[in-house]
Amino acid sequence: MAGSKEIRTKIKSVENTRKITKAMEMVAASKMRKAQDRMRASRPYAEKIRNVAAHLSFANPEYKHAFLIKRDVVKNIGLIVVSSDKGLCGGLNTNVLRLSVNQMKSWEAEGKKIAVSAIGNKAFGFMNRVSADVKSHIVGIGDVPHLENLIGTIKVMLDAYTNGEIDQLYICYTKFINTMKQEPNLEMLLPLSGEKLGSPNGSWDYIYEPEAQPVVDQLMMRYVESLIYNAVAENMASEQSSRMVAMKSASDNAKNVIGELKLVYNKARQAAITKEISEIVGGAAAVA
Amino acid sequence: MANTVHIDVVSAEASIFSGEAEFVVAPAGGGEVGIYPNHAPMITNIKPGALRIKQTDVAEETLIFISGGILEVQPGMITVLADTAVRGHDLDEAKAIAAKEAAMEAMKNRNSDMDYAAAQAELAEAVAQIQAIQRLRKSTH
Repeated sequence: MAGSKEIRTKIKSVENTRKITKAMEMVAASKMRKAQDRMRASRPYAEKIRNVAAHLSFANPEYKHAFLIKRDVVKNIGLIVVSSDKGLCGGLNTNVLRLSVNQMKSWEAEGKKIAVSAIGNKAFGFMNRVSADVKSHIVGIGDVPHLENLIGTIKVMLDAYTNGEIDQLYICYTKFINTMKQEPNLEMLLPLSGEKLGSPNGSWDYIYEPEAQPVVDQLMMRYVESLIYNAVAENMASEQSSRMVAMKSASDNAKNVIGELKLVYNKARQAAITKEISEIVGGAAAVA
Repeated sequence: MANTVHIDVVSAEASIFSGEAEFVVAPAGGGEVGIYPNHAPMITNIKPGALRIKQTDVAEETLIFISGGILEVQPGMITVLADTAVRGHDLDEAKAIAAKEAAMEAMKNRNSDMDYAAAQAELAEAVAQIQAIQRLRKSTH
């Protein structure tokens, strides 16, 4: 029975792989639910702060925050790339990185300089390998995105914008559409477009305590931070769903492979038995 | 029915409180402010401190600790945009500097210019792998 032992070992190893992918699928499924909840939990804040920011930008024509002013000449561009920390989640990171690289290439062709901020291990590793100008990065965010950890990384880019080192700021992340569908998405963060803020409802003005300017400054900062936080939260929900789907298909594949290997094994076993019987019959005939 | 005002306390990570209140005390930047229903529209920053909310049918005041943020008041609605972390200009600055330095450190040991060809080759390879797996998966069904 030549080769049957090897086939048995192979079946065993595929079975073990399947156990792992199955476990990862289930872990991702439970994490996905939590990640989606967190993504939804961040919406009321974003909605409220958008309202207030919209109102302020209309109510205060005499003071315009730097984030709201469009620059005529765009020479330098900032790009925040959001990826996952871990792999084994299908084409998620590849798609985001491909979109960023294509965009970066066309910017480069227009003679613009690009500064990159990487969120997540995969984006950081990739941008470093291809020698992009990485201004700031954060890796190892874990399963729960905390704004506290993102502040420093974001502030580097926001400061660069305020100082005029970059004239536009984009963010590239995976948008969560539903469990089966996630899309890489490139959005312009700064300058804030008026349409994105929308128009306020009502036309009164606030009493500012202590003064308008610092409050507006703080509010704009928080608004952009909340947009980035939102992108990171969506990216995490996408990561978990994508991983769940990828691991499900890996488990299914392993099942198929096991089926095929079992067939081969049984055929080999049967052939060996047939051979043995014919040898015995042949031997008996020779004796008689 | 007592005169009440709707109050929402939200942070970037979660919705903390939502309900009707008779009276709210918030630690504003310039000192504590007390707000009754039908207050004039006001916007102010908040210092780290306790937010006190007096609800209609609850004897005890609800206490929420917030580490700063923005308070927006409209006649029928109060919104507290709470920060999730303890924030301060120096603290934020320190974080930004730390992030910058980490990036510099990481950039030190690697070759110079962004190599788009290499980047695209690497991505194309990954895409090809994924497509191959998908094809393989289809053909076995």
